[in-house]
Amino acid sequence: MLTKESIQKIDREIAKYPAGQKQSAVMAALAIAQEELDWLPGEAIEFVANYLGMPPIAAYEVASFYNMYDLEPVGRHKLTVCTNLPCLLSGGVDAAGYLKSKLGIGFNETTPDGRFTLKEGECMGACGDAPVLLVNNRRMCGRMQPEEIDKLLEDLE
Amino acid sequence: MAILGAINPILTVGWDGDAAWRLQDYVKRGGYKALARIFEDRISPDQLIGEIKKSGLRGRGGAGFPTGLKWSFMPKDFKDGKYIVCNTDEGEPGTFKDRDILRCNPHAVIEGMVIAAYAVGAARGYNYIHGEIWDMYKRFEEALDEARAAGFVGQDILGSGFDFELFAHHGYGAYICGEESALLESIEGKKGQPRFKPPFPASVGLYGKPTTINNTETFAAVPFVLNMGAEAYLEAGKPNNAGTKLFSVSGHVNRPGNYEIPLGTPFATLLEMAGGMRGGRKLKACIPGGSSAPVLPAEVIMDCTLDYDAISKAGSMLGSGAVIVMDETTCMVKALERLSYFYHEESCGQCTPCREGTGWLYGIVHRIEHGAGRPEDLDLLRGITANIMGRTVCALGDAASMPVQGFLKHFRDEFEYHVENGKCLVPPEVQRAGSTFFKATV
Repeated sequence: MLTKESIQKIDREIAKYPAGQKQSAVMAALAIAQEELDWLPGEAIEFVANYLGMPPIAAYEVASFYNMYDLEPVGRHKLTVCTNLPCLLSGGVDAAGYLKSKLGIGFNETTPDGRFTLKEGECMGACGDAPVLLVNNRRMCGRMQPEEIDKLLEDLE
Repeated sequence: MAILGAINPILTVGWDGDAAWRLQDYVKRGGYKALARIFEDRISPDQLIGEIKKSGLRGRGGAGFPTGLKWSFMPKDFKDGKYIVCNTDEGEPGTFKDRDILRCNPHAVIEGMVIAAYAVGAARGYNYIHGEIWDMYKRFEEALDEARAAGFVGQDILGSGFDFELFAHHGYGAYICGEESALLESIEGKKGQPRFKPPFPASVGLYGKPTTINNTETFAAVPFVLNMGAEAYLEAGKPNNAGTKLFSVSGHVNRPGNYEIPLGTPFATLLEMAGGMRGGRKLKACIPGGSSAPVLPAEVIMDCTLDYDAISKAGSMLGSGAVIVMDETTCMVKALERLSYFYHEESCGQCTPCREGTGWLYGIVHRIEHGAGRPEDLDLLRGITANIMGRTVCALGDAASMPVQGFLKHFRDEFEYHVENGKCLVPPEVQRAGSTFFKATV
């Protein structure tokens, strides 16, 4: 189901925990699976569960509890915009509105060409850089005003 | 962004340049000296805990619990593996200091954790890092590799015979995991649902073993406390409020960012350091300790010093030191609506009063904000908070209730205006001017 490279990454995570505590690596393993597959289909969750020797339902509980896992397909670039209060005070909601009108989609929607998915995020711990958005869970972008957003969208093929 | 300003800094000295976070730079600044001295001078775990107690260091994650006392709760005679855990699951809206600590000085956190491990007799530790800060997680792992290669982490640390293994655990988006027992559940590979306490983690923690959990900034302070001495650290702040603290300033200021100041510094000084109010507008209110802390109106916060006692006396909490500044363009109903939505979203669903209550709080504030509020809504909100608080396993229910109580206490007239007139006291065009998104309007 996953490439050798992904399995190696998961093994490296398992090694961080004491013997008999493989389940501790489930968060990282699901993240690694999502990184490879772009989202988490049920088979991937089941594969991870079996690999770690835990019940599939327990892995599904984790995948559905933490909000950075995508249980449905997303576009090539998932943009998660923080609209929480500190960001709101410095334009976070306006940034989200700008993205919505520019991409022609709402939160939890994907552009018809499959390029972008827009999500509303909660505090990312970067309030000093507001407005803040996250690209594909990894890349944090701060001070996102109209020109910066325009440039980002151009750069993301 | 690193540190934007400081008064008598301790933690953030040398946070300049792109390489400041590297082992080599940290050692040049005196890093790992505190650890080396413990082994050279054969300082015992008890002496060490005594020194931390004497310094008056209090937990920097929000609760302000005395660090030395927390360490002393760990059972000494337990031989079957104890744990040290660092809480870098920084998700309290307004707080962004730990991210910069990992960015600029991860080795101070590592050194603090190794020292804590020695003090409580732990052989293994984890740093739980907030999901959204992937770059900092990678950086911390790189710093750990450096520390292992140099013999500061691992087997027989500095030839002392003391072993301590340390790893990073990456979160994946759940505010509740900042609650220490939810964080432990999360490391165990489960949903982050808080545990009933007691037993506390010092008795039954990670994998059922005694565990000490401290905030990132707390661990980062430990080497400095030992290097400068407990008394000097104590004196750097004010009585019962020892040392310096990082304050994250966000919202309507000219220079949002992190500032290190002695506890007891006037709020007005911090506001000035942060460049004052954006656009020269008037301060309306401030949430002094992260979104869970009750909001304080301008006239109250302007008279406060920033320390645990003064903020508590004013009716709020110093919390994590997240100072959210709001000017006169802010609609307080809208501000509370967004916070209430957050707590509703992030309630783990385990306890009925919180799961259902946070939904009610959001629903009612939402209808007031959208012109459908009813005259009895304000009393209803108060009643719901009273029924949530103290009736849940963890503090998220309280954290959701305190903002509601604070906003209603100090800005009741705005809520009443909304209910009576179906619209906001602050006109939409004024609200829009407060946002920096559209540069032309600033």
